Amino acid sequence: MALYEGPVQNLIDELGRLPGVGPKSAQRIAFYLLKAAPEDAKRLAQSIVDAKDRVSWCRRCFNIAEGELCAFCKDERRDATLLCIVEEPRDIVAIERTAEFRGRYHVLQGAISPIEGVGPDQLRVKELLHRISGEGVEEIILATNPNIEGEATAMYLARLLKPAGIRVTRIASGLPVGGDLEYADEVTLGRAFEGRREVDA
Amino acid sequence: MSGLYRDSGVVLRTIKLGEADRIITVFTQGNGKVRAVAKGVRKTTSKFGARLEPTTHVALQCYRGRELDVVTQAETIEANRALREGYGLLTHAIPMLEAVDQVAQEREPNPALYRMLTGALRTLATTRSPVVTPAFFWKLLSLEGFHPLLDACARCSENDAPLVAFDADDGGMLCAPCARGGGRPVSPAAFDVLQRMLGGGLNSVLADPAGPAVGEVERLAVTVLEHHIERRLRSATLL
Repeated sequence: MALYEGPVQNLIDELGRLPGVGPKSAQRIAFYLLKAAPEDAKRLAQSIVDAKDRVSWCRRCFNIAEGELCAFCKDERRDATLLCIVEEPRDIVAIERTAEFRGRYHVLQGAISPIEGVGPDQLRVKELLHRISGEGVEEIILATNPNIEGEATAMYLARLLKPAGIRVTRIASGLPVGGDLEYADEVTLGRAFEGRREVDA
Repeated sequence: MSGLYRDSGVVLRTIKLGEADRIITVFTQGNGKVRAVAKGVRKTTSKFGARLEPTTHVALQCYRGRELDVVTQAETIEANRALREGYGLLTHAIPMLEAVDQVAQEREPNPALYRMLTGALRTLATTRSPVVTPAFFWKLLSLEGFHPLLDACARCSENDAPLVAFDADDGGMLCAPCARGGGRPVSPAAFDVLQRMLGGGLNSVLADPAGPAVGEVERLAVTVLEHHIERRLRSATLL
């Protein structure tokens, strides 16, 4: 359906391959770019090229990194005895916002999903085992998503890591701050009760 | 047919949709397999996100759409929480869900299959028996009109000779002479488990301790089921 001239159609086709951008949106963005000031469009093009050239996976934790190691692995002030396992780099950002954790991370780049045919071999599990033996890790915190894939991954890793004699913990699950108890589902509320703790007043 | 409806069903699988939504596939009692959008369930503030995870048995209220319905309310009937908290249980529960997803038709009620699935998940969660999944597969085949022939050779109808192999094309056990022309060898112990499983002795098999025979029956069940649905059961690789 090449209705436009070469370069315009190419732009529309390329934009249309982005997630969540349909043909109509692609067309709108393409015409916005054509109308925009040349330096704006060039800046966008240059930032895409820069990001693709300079950003890769951290050699140690598989977070996104500029260079060999990511910012968390380079930072010597971080506690190397604590290792937090997450599914995606975006999860690190969420955990960093809490300012509660000062250890290092390991990104699995996915979760075990039996129904999608994703097993432990497709994740960065082997690399994780290498790290544990070499880096003096004392505690592993499993911070995968609390859905069926994340739970399966956490259980699998716990089974794998427990025999190595390392403390393996799972992040707690419970009620969201600002929510109403009556709307909580049974599983979450049940876990919140299991994980209750004494109040220090 | 449009508007709201209520039904209960088992969540078979979920697919991420957009930023915070999911498409869930539910096997319901009254509407067969239904695919519905659950909006905002990936946000932590979602009111029913946790209830729409695979293996959960839920009561749903949905709005009927053209292709996909929209979930408006969900309440748990059975959380089957044990299944989510043991790796071994989960890897046994997911293949049952995948098998039902393959076999069930959209918007075609199948009450017998519904009872079987909810029963099997409940039994797996309470007894933690490794027999549940293979038994479910065999009963599913039987329900689909593929009841295996176990009391005589499926090829020559000989019923005196011992039966030593299984052939998916013939749909049953084979005697020793016929088994030379193909078929998968079955040990006497596994054959005994299979016979009791399908012959009304399921409770006695459930009480058995896990042994190599159950594993053999399980692998055979997966092979025959895959032969029947003409597709691989992806989650069965974790069994």
